[in-house]
Amino acid sequence: MNRPVIENSASAAAAPRRSPPSANSVFDMSLLRRDFPILQTQVRGKPLVYLDNAATSQKPNAVIAAITRYYSHQNANIHRGVYKLSAEATTAYENAREKIARFIDAPAAEEIVFVRGCTEGINLVAHSWGLGNLRAGDEILLSGMEHHSNIVPWQLAAERTGAKIIPVPFKQNGELDMGRLAELLSSRTRIVAITHISNALGTINPIQQITAMAHEHGALVLVDAAQSVPHMAISAKRIGCDFMAFSGHKMFGPTGIGAVWARKSLWDAMPPYQSGGDMIRTVTFEKSTWNQVPHKFEAGTPDICGAIALGAAVDYLTAVGMENIESAEQDLLAYAQQKLLSIDGLSIVGTAAQKAAVVSFTMKGIHPHDIGTIVDEEGVAIRTGHHCCQPVMDFYGIPATARASLAFYNTREDIDRLAAALEKVKEVFA
Amino acid sequence: MSDLRDLYQQTILDHTKRPRNFHEVAGANYCAHGHNPLCGDKLTLYLKIENNVIRDAGFQGTGCAISTASASMMTEAIKGKTTGEIEPLFEGFHSMVTAPVNVEPGEAKLEFLGKLAVFSGVREFPMRVKCATLAWHTLMAALKDGHGAVSTE
Ligand SMILES: Cc1ncc(COP(=O)(O)O)c(C=O)c1O
Repeated sequence: MNRPVIENSASAAAAPRRSPPSANSVFDMSLLRRDFPILQTQVRGKPLVYLDNAATSQKPNAVIAAITRYYSHQNANIHRGVYKLSAEATTAYENAREKIARFIDAPAAEEIVFVRGCTEGINLVAHSWGLGNLRAGDEILLSGMEHHSNIVPWQLAAERTGAKIIPVPFKQNGELDMGRLAELLSSRTRIVAITHISNALGTINPIQQITAMAHEHGALVLVDAAQSVPHMAISAKRIGCDFMAFSGHKMFGPTGIGAVWARKSLWDAMPPYQSGGDMIRTVTFEKSTWNQVPHKFEAGTPDICGAIALGAAVDYLTAVGMENIESAEQDLLAYAQQKLLSIDGLSIVGTAAQKAAVVSFTMKGIHPHDIGTIVDEEGVAIRTGHHCCQPVMDFYGIPATARASLAFYNTREDIDRLAAALEKVKEVFA
Repeated sequence: MSDLRDLYQQTILDHTKRPRNFHEVAGANYCAHGHNPLCGDKLTLYLKIENNVIRDAGFQGTGCAISTASASMMTEAIKGKTTGEIEPLFEGFHSMVTAPVNVEPGEAKLEFLGKLAVFSGVREFPMRVKCATLAWHTLMAALKDGHGAVSTE
């Protein structure tokens, strides 16, 4: 499709892809804010400070333009028309698949299956691979910090197959207990399903090492990459895992689209998840035969526009450079943690040594829900609650946390605004 | 524009910091659990009812400022009331916190609700209505089943 569209002046800032900024570089990622129209808006009369990127990210003009362009000039159904428009839509859709494969350094584009998001991706694997391969007595290892979407599908698969779910605990600082993982892995382990980055704690799990450990026991590995694909360079090849799922909307693309990657040999052996048009080769009333992957797993008309716009998001991120994004966010994280810790009575939940730019916190004597309401009044959007990780909350014995999750377009001023709003919270409850 | 002072009124903050009737009730014969899964608020309500009169009420649990204050003030408000008086009070409270922002609650209604009228600011914060009503839903469940669990989500 088209070149990455990084509109207006910020494109200059995106240029240093070939020369990532060094620690003392003057490269200013926050210039890229201008590419995000929503970041120019006001909330409650104050400029929006958006710090809920782990829930969903904002969309750059390049993505919004791709959506408009698609419906204005390209819309047609794919894989079925002989006319030019349909052929072009098909090409654009398949190009997006290739872009995404390149982006996560997957061995082949056909190994990328489009789904609605990370949740549907995990459901697909738990359903298709899980029901087909799990037997009574088999064990599914999940980390204690999983999002509900990487717990519940496995519970359903376990219920139906007699397999058992074994949680792998994490330590007080939010790091996975690698010693316990080693002890819990056994010949009974069929799959380790684990998040790369915890959306509640920010912990970056040593996913490559975990994969190697699991493989030694003959277990497969599913990586929930919902929080890592948007924030760091990912290589499915290097990680060596077997499945990887993620959501478009958390990586600056639209909602309703995501992808799951698996090695072709696994896909080939898996039965379809949903069935209907597009995923078949032949249909008679006696029997149908399946199309090849990825189409075997993409029944019905997919979110064509969503996939293409996700391709545009990937172009945008590639132009900015994932290394640049990662280092900018690490810089912001350090600033945010230091700033927030200077607030009396505030504690950070999740202090792993390897941590992404997610800061979960509590304030003494103040419920996170009240924190959320009061900072919202200052135009600051943060998430409060259990973050779909109730087992994490139970571990710490707290009902909820407040969470600021950052993206490269956030600035130190955003964090200062959050800190000032938290002082307001303290005033209200003084 | 919504105003935080309407939500976090002094009376509410006072009840948050020093919840009244924050204990089990000796001889309680009605009890119910309330849970708001969205924010993790949990409360258990205890009632001692004799001859259709609420002789004593208490609660325990964890919650945000609004849900704690609401439970605290509710237990104060219902003590001594007959069970028949509860439903109208629930209706009055519920309609006050869910009323459209541009509709001022009438004098008569505020008078009827008495001290509970401090929660009228909640209607400017739709995300917080469930916090304010958790205790009340739990109360209705307790009266209905004696022993129920409610969830406000
Ligand atoms: C770690 C993690 N996994 C999975 C999900 C589910 O993503 P989605 O709701 O887009 O399917 C999320 C989203 O919050 C997440 O943070």
